[in-house]
Amino acid sequence: MSERTPMIEMRNVSKHFGSVIALSDISMQVQAGEVMCLLGDNGAGKSTLIKTLSGVHRPTEGELLLNGESVRFKSPAYALDAGIATVFQDLAMIPLMSITRNFFMGREPTVGWGPLKRIDWKRADRIAMQEMSRIGIDVRDPSQPVGTLSGGERQCVAIARAVYFGARVLILDEPTSALGVKQASVVLRYIAKARSDGLAVIFITHNVHHAYPVADAFTLLKRGGSLGTFRKEEISREEVLNMMAGGAELESLDAELAEFQQSDRQQQQSSGANAPSLSQAPST
Amino acid sequence: MQSNTPPQSSTPVAEQQDERIQRVPFWKKALSRPELGALAGTVLVLAFFIVSSSGTGMFTPAGIVNFLEVSAQLGIIATAAALLMIGGEFDLSIGSMIGLAGILIAIPAVEYGWPLWAAMLLAFSCAALVGWINGNLVNRTGLPSFIVTLGFLFILRGMAIGISRLLTGRTQIGGIHDHMAGDWFAALFSGEVATGLFAWMAGQGWIATNFAGNPVVTGIPVSIVWWLGLTAVATWVLLCTPYGNWIFASGGDANAARNSGVPVHRVKISLFMFTALSATVFACLQVMDTGSADTIRGLLKELEAIIAVVIGGALLTGGYGSAIGAALGALIFGLVQMGIFYTGVNTDWFQVFLGAMLLIAVLFNNFMRKKAMEAK
Repeated sequence: MSERTPMIEMRNVSKHFGSVIALSDISMQVQAGEVMCLLGDNGAGKSTLIKTLSGVHRPTEGELLLNGESVRFKSPAYALDAGIATVFQDLAMIPLMSITRNFFMGREPTVGWGPLKRIDWKRADRIAMQEMSRIGIDVRDPSQPVGTLSGGERQCVAIARAVYFGARVLILDEPTSALGVKQASVVLRYIAKARSDGLAVIFITHNVHHAYPVADAFTLLKRGGSLGTFRKEEISREEVLNMMAGGAELESLDAELAEFQQSDRQQQQSSGANAPSLSQAPST
Repeated sequence: MQSNTPPQSSTPVAEQQDERIQRVPFWKKALSRPELGALAGTVLVLAFFIVSSSGTGMFTPAGIVNFLEVSAQLGIIATAAALLMIGGEFDLSIGSMIGLAGILIAIPAVEYGWPLWAAMLLAFSCAALVGWINGNLVNRTGLPSFIVTLGFLFILRGMAIGISRLLTGRTQIGGIHDHMAGDWFAALFSGEVATGLFAWMAGQGWIATNFAGNPVVTGIPVSIVWWLGLTAVATWVLLCTPYGNWIFASGGDANAARNSGVPVHRVKISLFMFTALSATVFACLQVMDTGSADTIRGLLKELEAIIAVVIGGALLTGGYGSAIGAALGALIFGLVQMGIFYTGVNTDWFQVFLGAMLLIAVLFNNFMRKKAMEAK
């Protein structure tokens, strides 16, 4: 694996916001045709990391390499042009706008010239229909508002749009978090398909059960730092879960809960002894 | 970012794919259009006044031109306000901009002897600057445009009064008509078009003539042409151009639009400039028509424009609406205003009617939009 040039690589990337160190010394690489799963609890730095990758933030230190070349993005638009497409949690979909308008938002196909330049609606509708049917969603009318689609379908539209516009790196921010089991499986299947099409996929989630089936490797983040990258072969689902939640913390939580239980039991025993007085004195 | 051809079309498109696009019945498509409510409202109001004002001359050619002129003036600023509202912002400084623009035209022309076209260009440049400042302030500070432009409502009105008092000692400047002769730019904002056609129609006996054999209505006032032209251009921009898509996107969800590569800031700045410029068009038409400028011109016009836009089906929160709807809203406004005059109802009741119309329109539009989102 390592002899190939990674499609996207982060080398010792740090990001500071004033005195806050949001990311420190993160290194990570993703090959084409590979799904990298970024795991981490809230506040671990997942969002900062993907925003750095997608050009929203510039890294304070370290560098980004796209296909072996060092890159620095001035804005999300530049990252998009370079082939890094990010599907944010809010999907960048506008419910009241039609599927076609959403699909081509910011990149409308045009015909005509000068002041008569206009959107090629025929072509746009046809492409939107076709790309939607490729992912197994039957759209009867591409001019229907996106708001009429289900959550999973919207997610698929967002991914289909990224893929159609030539993404080489696809970053998905919590694509399954708001979805039911069935809908999530539709999205996961589509992620697997994008991988087999040769995209480098970075998949952010805190749901290991969604991540494990499709991921090839896992990178775990904690409090802005990386706990390391693990190939799927090297690590079991339970181990991932454990590391992500912070195994030590869970153990101490267990201990604490046991303590609570014990004190509860003690209280019950003592309250059983003088129950009538207790009912009159709720202050205990 | 604005590359027009997608980088890689994945597979060659089979022509048969076209049949998959189901033919949606026309009426069903119409139901999901924002201007439907306004259209229904227009028909209702029209029917009401045709019946109640019969014999009063409201629907003679002269009467029609009368209420169309009222609608046209409002429609010009409503068109721009509609685009801005679809783009997710308000401009409350439109009315004050009308007053200031009038002063900026009148003072240089009357007091300093500038040619009228130069004074008008000055007004248009200042309007563009005001719109640019409005847009930048909203973009940079992230404040609601309601507050930013409310500030400019007072700043511009105060400047209009302050400048004209300082330079002339008055708040009214007259005598523009003397400067209009031979001015090519002023001609765009004054007079009537198709006068030949109307004279010919009078000659054929198709339209009413006065005692001298001239038609009562000698032509279409230029304001109506401006109104229809701006509405047509705005509709075309909204429905057919990438920029129109960006307006919808910016108003629907600015963040999502930005992440998709839409230059949201540029779109909003240009829309603010458009409202300020449309206010100046309004001012030019008014100044050329009356021959004078007054610092209190355009009072409350910003709210009337918003009413027209909302009656026209636009969503106050942005991302939804139409320029045709705004035109219909302005038409309803003109019909009601002049209709009340013709039917002899006390004009005091006009505002009551207007407010009620606004509420009914908003309720109806909300209902229709919910329907549109449910329909699958």
